[in-house]
Amino acid sequence: MQNKNLFHYILGIADNSLILGQRLGELCGHGPSLETDIACTNISLDLIGQTRSYYQYAAKISEEDKTEDDIAFLRLEREYKNVLLVEQPNKHFGYVMGRQFLFDVYHLMLMQELQNSKDETLVAIAKKGIKEVSYHKRFSTDWVKRLGDGTEESNQKMQEAIDGLWRYTDELFQLTDADKAMVELGVGVDVSKFKEAYYTEVTEVLKEANLTIPESKYFTSGGKKGVHSEHMGYLLSDLQYMQRTYPNMKW
Amino acid sequence: MKIITPNIDLHLLDLLETVSDPEIPVLSVLDLGVIREAKEVEGVIKIKLTPTYSGCPAMDVIGEDLEKAFAEIGKKTEVELVLAPAWTTDWISEAGKRKMEEYGIAAPLEETADKDALLGNKKLVKCTNCGSKNTRLVSQFGSTACKALFKCDDCQEPFDYFKCLK
Repeated sequence: MQNKNLFHYILGIADNSLILGQRLGELCGHGPSLETDIACTNISLDLIGQTRSYYQYAAKISEEDKTEDDIAFLRLEREYKNVLLVEQPNKHFGYVMGRQFLFDVYHLMLMQELQNSKDETLVAIAKKGIKEVSYHKRFSTDWVKRLGDGTEESNQKMQEAIDGLWRYTDELFQLTDADKAMVELGVGVDVSKFKEAYYTEVTEVLKEANLTIPESKYFTSGGKKGVHSEHMGYLLSDLQYMQRTYPNMKW
Repeated sequence: MKIITPNIDLHLLDLLETVSDPEIPVLSVLDLGVIREAKEVEGVIKIKLTPTYSGCPAMDVIGEDLEKAFAEIGKKTEVELVLAPAWTTDWISEAGKRKMEEYGIAAPLEETADKDALLGNKKLVKCTNCGSKNTRLVSQFGSTACKALFKCDDCQEPFDYFKCLK
């Protein structure tokens, strides 16, 4: 049971990185400029690298005979535990940066806390990840400010992105049963603890970017339980295409 | 600053020196500091390799190259990827930094200077083409995860800068 909880706890963190990495990877060759294109794919690479470390660990402790590839490619939609935020599509660059910013602030706080876990492997992944995620956050924060405080059109697009994505932020701080069990053991992070710090930090950046903080109290969730938005299926059909078409293929 | 010296059997050094980073061929895996341990145990070479960045695709290639290099002298290799302690640019050797500069990649500055340079507060990164410090950041992310793209405002040449990672 404990292993099962740990397995689900790891996936809860790793799936966010995988799915966001996939979304950013979609921009490969399609970014608005060469520099931003490279930046998005670099961030994608970091996230997928982190995902691999998590999945390798999950595969190792899994009670079933699984590999990291099975976990990445051969699950059904309901078995992915990522939050709704990260699966939202790349509507436009402002949207991509807004999504990244809202996730990065959370991600860095999570990594900082995960460093104190009682689980050595998770600590190692977090310590490695922190260096990368700090850099991601710097990049996305810059762009939120630049677009928000830019032209009338860029401000409007950035605002539209923040307004559209705001409803997905609350889910970041919800705890699943596996999360709770792992928090109790000193392995997992109680994410609800840094919710306030998160909104304070996000609010400061948005203000500096000349953006209005959404007032809506309507939040939606489901991803952590495997109930995803309509975008997820399309994303997975791309992600899983090779393994579904050529089962067990290897590079 | 804590420098962790890798635990490497001396007789393996020469061969390890021949394996290079596929992205920066002038740097050997030893210059880069990614080999954390290399020991010969009952005829098998056991190597602990640490990634520069989590998703660095060079790691798989380096692992294969290590196996190939030792296979040539008839030795079997077991390469294990370790994450802790996390790699830092402090582990790049002085010789490595020099070779990197000659190759056209500006070597990482120390942490504070690196931040100042990347945030555009100060001009500190030296152009690898003309040596001027009148340079600026073009993109936080360069051709690989470990580099940022700079441009020299004197000679107008673009060049890569190896970001400080601590």
